[in-house]
Amino acid sequence: MHDLAQQIVSGLAQGSIFASLALALVLIYRAMGIINFAQGELAMFTTYIAWQLTQMGLPIWLAFAATVVVAFAGGVALERIVIRPVERANQLTIVIVTLGLFISINGLAGWFWGYIVKAFPTPFPTTPLQIGGVAFSAQDVGVIVVSVVTLGLISLFFQKTKLGLAMRAAALYPEQSRVLGIRVGWMLALGWGLASAVGAISGIMIAPVVFLDPNMMQSVLVYAFAAAVLGGIESPLGAVVGGLVLGVVINLLGTYVDAIGNELRLAAALAIIVVVLLVRPAGLFGRVTVQRV
Amino acid sequence: MTSPVRKAAIGIFAAAFALAATGSTIAPVSAADPGVTDTEIVLGGSHPYSGPASGYGNIGKGIGAYFSYVNDKGGVNGRKIKYIDKDDGYSPPQAVQLVHQMVEQDKVFAIFDTLGTAVNTAIRPYLNQNGVPQLFVATGASTWGHDYQKFPWTIGWQPDYQAEAALYAHDILLNHPKAKIGVLYQNDDYGEDYNVGLKRGLGKHQDMIVKMASYETTDPSVGSQISTLKASGADVFLIFATPKFAIQAMVITAQQSWHPTIYLNNVSGAVPFMNAAAKAGGLSAVNGVISTIYLKDPANHARYAGDAGMKLYNEIMTKYLPSADKDDGNYLYGVSIAYTMCDVLKRAGKDLTRKKVMDIATNLVEKDNPWAYPGVMIRTSPTFRYPITQMITAKWLTTGWSPTGLLVDTRAMTMAEK
Repeated sequence: MHDLAQQIVSGLAQGSIFASLALALVLIYRAMGIINFAQGELAMFTTYIAWQLTQMGLPIWLAFAATVVVAFAGGVALERIVIRPVERANQLTIVIVTLGLFISINGLAGWFWGYIVKAFPTPFPTTPLQIGGVAFSAQDVGVIVVSVVTLGLISLFFQKTKLGLAMRAAALYPEQSRVLGIRVGWMLALGWGLASAVGAISGIMIAPVVFLDPNMMQSVLVYAFAAAVLGGIESPLGAVVGGLVLGVVINLLGTYVDAIGNELRLAAALAIIVVVLLVRPAGLFGRVTVQRV
Repeated sequence: MTSPVRKAAIGIFAAAFALAATGSTIAPVSAADPGVTDTEIVLGGSHPYSGPASGYGNIGKGIGAYFSYVNDKGGVNGRKIKYIDKDDGYSPPQAVQLVHQMVEQDKVFAIFDTLGTAVNTAIRPYLNQNGVPQLFVATGASTWGHDYQKFPWTIGWQPDYQAEAALYAHDILLNHPKAKIGVLYQNDDYGEDYNVGLKRGLGKHQDMIVKMASYETTDPSVGSQISTLKASGADVFLIFATPKFAIQAMVITAQQSWHPTIYLNNVSGAVPFMNAAAKAGGLSAVNGVISTIYLKDPANHARYAGDAGMKLYNEIMTKYLPSADKDDGNYLYGVSIAYTMCDVLKRAGKDLTRKKVMDIATNLVEKDNPWAYPGVMIRTSPTFRYPITQMITAKWLTTGWSPTGLLVDTRAMTMAEK
């Protein structure tokens, strides 16, 4: 029983990692209708920037804030320079470009900072916490809290601000938006900036757990895909819930279902993607689109 | 469409014939092996300079530094060593391609210190079919020593993982005879090697193992496995993992308020990794962790302050790799294994053949490697091809590994196993 509680808690901790990156994936998807394969690498790269800032003596929270700003600017710049030339090409082209970005950013990070695993300072206290015999760390709680706060801010932004509304309009109805005077291209760039900033938050939250190296996000990315699909690829709330559910489910499957064990966790995550797409393509929180034929 | 292709094909054939013809007329009667001239020995190797394991690339750099040092001192028996060292990205197919290139185009004399079990397993058949020595591979898989009859041109160097794990088993039986053992291992040949060694070492006490938890390299973290191991009631925790997961394991163990005696496999115990774990999980996460060493630890400045070998290491590093972090044991590993390579070439004498080098490498007693832990010898015989079998357990105390107990030779254990 106690073991079960511990597994659930460690599942939530792991799920919060998936959730934070899934959130960034969802943002890009909402803006452009594509999966950004470079999302994890962008998060990794910005996390290195944060690490560099802390090495230069900045307190971690300050480095955190600075990095989010840099990431936003970087995301906007990336869209303007790399994505814009292929913006009107079909989606496959853009996806391939993001794959190219994936490899380039990974190589660049390795070139700048090397491949040796580095410790990343946690912004939270390090003393272990215990409630009823279940142990966890402030880091685990912190990641969940930060993900939820980020989610809240994003929802507010999209629902309550004009800019948010314009971005949603530009994504859903680009032609009509243009007629209404919305600068669709810039809205896309803002979408990239936002996703990149959320990615930076995710990276900084994850790095103290998985440690900083150029490949830190690669396994996380696959699970984040699964989380985003499970929650509904268009729903930020779905991404967070999907991440947490996925973390707990694969932990419990891994621990209590012998046939899956620790070996088939990744396979289980991929199976979840397939099943969700087959049974409920909109995911848990996605809107089911009905088309009149 | 076909005619230019055909023309090209004919051209290539013609060129190949011409080459073969000139080759056969120029080749000296004594038919010396490729890669050796009066002034040069060409060796080939590959390391992961990119990709997931590129932390180990520093081994290759250490080797390069040592060869430069030797060359500046006049080389080996009057020949300079040319080391063609490529980036295989830790990828077996990439390594196979590189090795073909090095053997067929660069005409290397031997392949030296390719890194990684999968990489070396992939290139081993080709090198053995062609009689090219595959010397001192940088992996501790037991197969290099075990399968020499099938692959006589291949030999390892560092202690094999099975022997290392058996040593932990002995240490546990000696110091924690009532232990309940939990094991975290990587679910592949690498982790399996350790498990075999552990069980062999425990012998009839295998029931001391209460839980074995595996992880995949695709797992983002090993949190769940640690929870499982903790819940099993284990009080001795063996970590058979690659560095990243080993660091995670130590940190998460501390975070979950679990306080077992931890044994950590040698390849994950390099100083930068331990420091990373200490930084993330606090000193309590790493203090008292037990591992093995067989080389000197360059980060342990106090212990080797007056050591001649360490002085030479610092000299070589300062001169040839001035910007490198000298405390990284991977460099020292490279320098040390390159010493053995030069030692073998030197003993093989002026009249160098592949066969002869293999004979020397498998009849070796090297007692004076300046970077081996004091007392550790590199010893082989044609039927016993585990060059380093001596190790000493060491405990992590705040800044470095402090040897505990005595140097143990696992040779007898390994021989008994054969």
